[in-house]
Order: sequence, then structure tokens, then C-alpha cells
Amino acid sequence: MAEIRIQGVRKSYTKGTWVIHGVDVSIGDGEFIVIVGPSGCGKSTLLRMIAGLETITAGEISIGGKIVNDVEPKDRNIAMVFQNYALYPHMSVYDNMSYGLRIRGFSKADIETRVQRAAKILELGPFLARKPRELSGGQRQRVAMGRAIVREPAAFLFDEPLSNLDAKLRVQMRLEIQKLHRELGTTSIFVTHDQVEAMTLANRMIVMNAGVVEQVGAPMAVYDAPASLFVAGFIGSPAMNFLPGSVRDGRVDVGGGHLIALPRPLLEHAPAQVTVGIRPEHLVACAEGDDAFTFPVETIEALGADSMVHGKVGATPLVARVEGHAAPAIGSTARFALMPERLHFFDTVTGKRLAA
Amino acid sequence: MVENRPVLVFLRHAVLLAGVACVAFPLWVTFVASTLTLEQILTVPMPLVPGDQFWANYSQVLTAGSTRGAAAPVGQMMANSLVMALAIALGKIAISLVSAFAIVYFRFPLRNFFFWMIFVTLMLPVEVRIIPTFKVVSDLGILNSYLGLTLPLIASATATFLFRQFFMTIPDELAEAARIDGAGPMRFFWDVVVPLSKTSMAALFVIQFIYGWNQYLWPLLITTDESMYTVVIGIKRMIVGGDALTEWNLVMATAMLALLPPAAVVILMQKWFVKGLVETEK
Repeated sequence: MAEIRIQGVRKSYTKGTWVIHGVDVSIGDGEFIVIVGPSGCGKSTLLRMIAGLETITAGEISIGGKIVNDVEPKDRNIAMVFQNYALYPHMSVYDNMSYGLRIRGFSKADIETRVQRAAKILELGPFLARKPRELSGGQRQRVAMGRAIVREPAAFLFDEPLSNLDAKLRVQMRLEIQKLHRELGTTSIFVTHDQVEAMTLANRMIVMNAGVVEQVGAPMAVYDAPASLFVAGFIGSPAMNFLPGSVRDGRVDVGGGHLIALPRPLLEHAPAQVTVGIRPEHLVACAEGDDAFTFPVETIEALGADSMVHGKVGATPLVARVEGHAAPAIGSTARFALMPERLHFFDTVTGKRLAA
Repeated sequence: MVENRPVLVFLRHAVLLAGVACVAFPLWVTFVASTLTLEQILTVPMPLVPGDQFWANYSQVLTAGSTRGAAAPVGQMMANSLVMALAIALGKIAISLVSAFAIVYFRFPLRNFFFWMIFVTLMLPVEVRIIPTFKVVSDLGILNSYLGLTLPLIASATATFLFRQFFMTIPDELAEAARIDGAGPMRFFWDVVVPLSKTSMAALFVIQFIYGWNQYLWPLLITTDESMYTVVIGIKRMIVGGDALTEWNLVMATAMLALLPPAAVVILMQKWFVKGLVETEK
């Protein structure tokens, strides 16, 4: 177990074009960190640099207080779980799990106890003699995790491990990974593009976009106070509504005759162009009222527990989440009040959250 | 076929049977001739049912060889052919496996250049480079030796290319997982790459064994000592002068014997051969 420090890490493949523009994060001992972002944002590259599979162009990575920039992956005391499992197809489950131990010269008895213990945790006992191709996707993924566990490494690195599984299995494995982390308490870094995985698994999450860290924080903190338009749009489903407008007399004119008052602390240094963000779940249906949004309902998506009401305010599309049966009829006029304490204000030009 | 008309069925079978007959008939004539006496073969028309000289002909070629022409026993020639074919097949597999591994998994200067150099040698089969190669082998003093028979034929661009293509289908993550598990390159080679290449190796073995066994021009050039003759050369050397002088019964028996090992390899390794060419175990 160890803490991992990433300082000013940058990566480029061809001179001058940076894939990762300087990442500074320190990950505490035993923490479960999720790196989340759209594909191509550099999250896997960052993970692979921690693993030692990619060279570090600039900056420093240290694991357990030791700088590992020039340390071979095998000597970094980390274990990695790959998206496509990367099990050795010709070896049995037992051999797959014990391969790393055998190379490191562990005694037969020691290997046996470690593998059996991991197999017990992961409920792989009956499959130890099988080949990977005789296992289901979920079982293969468990073997891949078993291969990591037996090593008892300082940190687990997960590279989108659930992406190849079907939806139901993904939920199940998510819970298992959570349970595993509680039992073992090993520092874990988990890369995913799925914000649900990020929200449910992380102690803290790192939201990345285009090689830049947009925000680091606990999932609920990120949800409650996204640091930028990107984070606000990426975390939460369906995505946050954005209403761009210009500031006049301390209010934002978002079009369609709607004016949203800026909170007092923001009044003084608000830029001219402000984007107001409101999550679909924070639009509440209401009766007549002054500050209510009214718009004609264009589409309804009924999801069962909830229904999504789609419409437009001015030219901007808007989504509201209502209780399943409470959806208004298509074509009727919907009326929603904004929860003032749930509004988010961003500088339209820089995309940054406006802070008091 | 969806249609099921009797005429078409008949036609289909007739065409197929005719094809089989075309291929099998010469083989049958060879077999029949190998069981007759020379006089019987020379009668016109030659009988098409096996005679009673099977044991006599076969035991003579295996132990003593022909009385005219080459006199080395065919048993010895078969052994030579076997050594040559095995050495070529195994040597080609070993060298190609290692060179493909280097080309796919290591980054070194001029990697692509070397790959293309290997590839270009496809254009230079033995027949094209035979004189310089003969000169080299002769200068090395390995004429009339197994080394001389096999060494110039071992390098193989085809096999290197085949292994390269196969290695490129092995997911990169496997190599990365092995790196994290602590396996060095050679450990990865022995523990992962070689076991995964088993079926490709088997397919190549079949192809290269037959290639080695059927070598004609090269052994013809560099073997002058009868004890180093391969069976293919042996057949040629048994044929002397005019028709009447050649002991056709013995030549045919030798031809039948020469057929057996490649056929056996193909039949025994058929399953692996097909597997190696169509499927990869991943």
C-alpha cells in the first residue's frame, strides 16, 4: 500500500503536441480514485504512465515515496487490470493468477495459499483448472482481478475493466470491486468513461478533458459544484441544461423573456456573458408564478421511475426530470420553477465556474 | 445446393469421380509397376493389377538399391531425406519465430528496413541464387554434408512473414500484462508467444517438411557421394540410359516409398494444419 504522487506530468508522442498538459494530483494511501473523461482525453495514457507502460515526457510520478519515472513496470509494485482482460489464453486460471508469483520466485506453498485466498475472495474456486476461453466475461474479469490481488501490490490500476461486460454484469462487478476495495484497502486507480462508474466507485474522482485535469474531488462535491462547463455537462445524466445569456442589471437574460437573478456575491465581478446551468432534476413543476419557466412540451421520454420532459426556452433546448406519471402531455405548456440554490453560473467565455 | 435433381447429382458425382481418377490413376500405375518384374512392365500393354514381386522389389531397394545406376540403398536415402526435411522445417520455424519476434516486439534502428530486406528475399529463391550459394557452400567445405544440404535453405521470408502476421494479432495488452507480471522479453517469448504459436508452427511444419523433402535441384548439385543422396535424387540416379536398361520396377518402388513420409505428415497433422491456417487461439 502506498500513496501515489503525480507532479507536473506531461506527455507528448510527437514533439510539440501535448497529449497530457501537466497533471498534478496526489493520491492518498488506500484511496479509490477514478479518472473519468471522454475517449481521447488522456486518461488511459495517464494510467499507463503510472504503470510504466508509457514513458513520462516531463514531470514526476512517485509511488510510495519513490520516484518511478525510470523504473520498469515490474518493479513499481503495481498490478493492472485491462479492459480486454489480457489473460494468457493457453494457461489455466490457476496458472494465470500465479504467473507473476512464479516469475518472482515465490515458493510453491506460498503461491498455493495466495491463489487459494484470492480465488476464495473472488469465488473462482471451481474454475481454477479451466482455460480463460471456458469462462464467461464476468469470470474472466474476476480472474484478471485475481491476478492483480495475488501479487498484493501497492496499488491496483484498472483500465476500463467493465467496458466489455453487458449492462447487468457491469452493475454486479461494480459492486464487487467496491466490496473488494473495502476488504483489501489497497490504493486503486480506476479509469473509465462511464460517469456512473465514477460516481459510484470513487472516493475522489479526477475529471479529465483534452489532456487537462478539469476537476478533482469527491463525487458529490463534483456533482454539486462542477468547476467548469465541461464537468457540469459530463457528470450527471441526463446532462445539465445550459442557458447562455448576457448580464443586465444583475440578471442574466437567457432569452424567451426569462431573466435569472445573479446571486449577490457574484454581482460585482460577473462577466458580460454568463451561462446558467440547472440540472434536469432541479427543475420543479409548479403552478402559476412569476419566476417560472414556461415552454411547450416537445417530447417525453418515459423511463419508468422518471420521465424526461423536453422543450425549448428561446432557442436553447431544456430537459426537466419529473416523476414517472407526472409528465405533461406533448404539446401542452409545461411550467417549471428553478431551485435558486441549485443554479450554477459559468463564465461563457472561459467556461469556468463563477465563484464568489 | 438447394436444387436436388437426379441428373445434376449424377453429373456432379461423375465430374468429381473423373477428377479423382485423374489424380489417382498415375499413383495406381506406379504402385502396380512396383509389384511387377521388369519384363512384365515392359510388355505392352502393362498389366494394371498388382503382381507378386512386392516384397522382392521393396526389400531390394530398401536394403541394396538398384543394380544399374545409383547403388545406394533407398533406406539410406530415405534417412538422408528425413534428416534434410526435418532440419529444414525445424530450422526454418526456429529462425523465423525468433526473427519475427524481434521485428514485432522490439524497437531498434532500421527495423522496417530489415523487415523489408527479409521480405525481398522472397524474390530470390534457391534457383535464382544457386551459383553464388554453391560457391559459398563449396568454399565452406560443406559439400556432401547435412549442413550443406540444409543450411542454405533454412532462411525463410515466408515463415517470418507468417509469424509476424500472427504475432501482430496477439493483443498488446498480453505483452503489457506479462511486463507487469515481471516477465522479461525472452520469458514472454517462451511462456506466451511460443505456446500461442503452436498451431501456426504445426501448419508451417507441414508445408516446410514437404518443401524440404521435395528439394531436387539443390541436393542434385551438392551431393556427389552416393551415401548423401536424398531419395528424390536417388530416383533420378536410378534412371539410366534407355528404357530397357532402367529397372522400372525398382524406380517405382522407390517412388512409392518417397511418397510415404510427406503423405504421413499431411495425414497425421491435418487437424493442426487446418487449425493453424484458419484459427488463432486467443
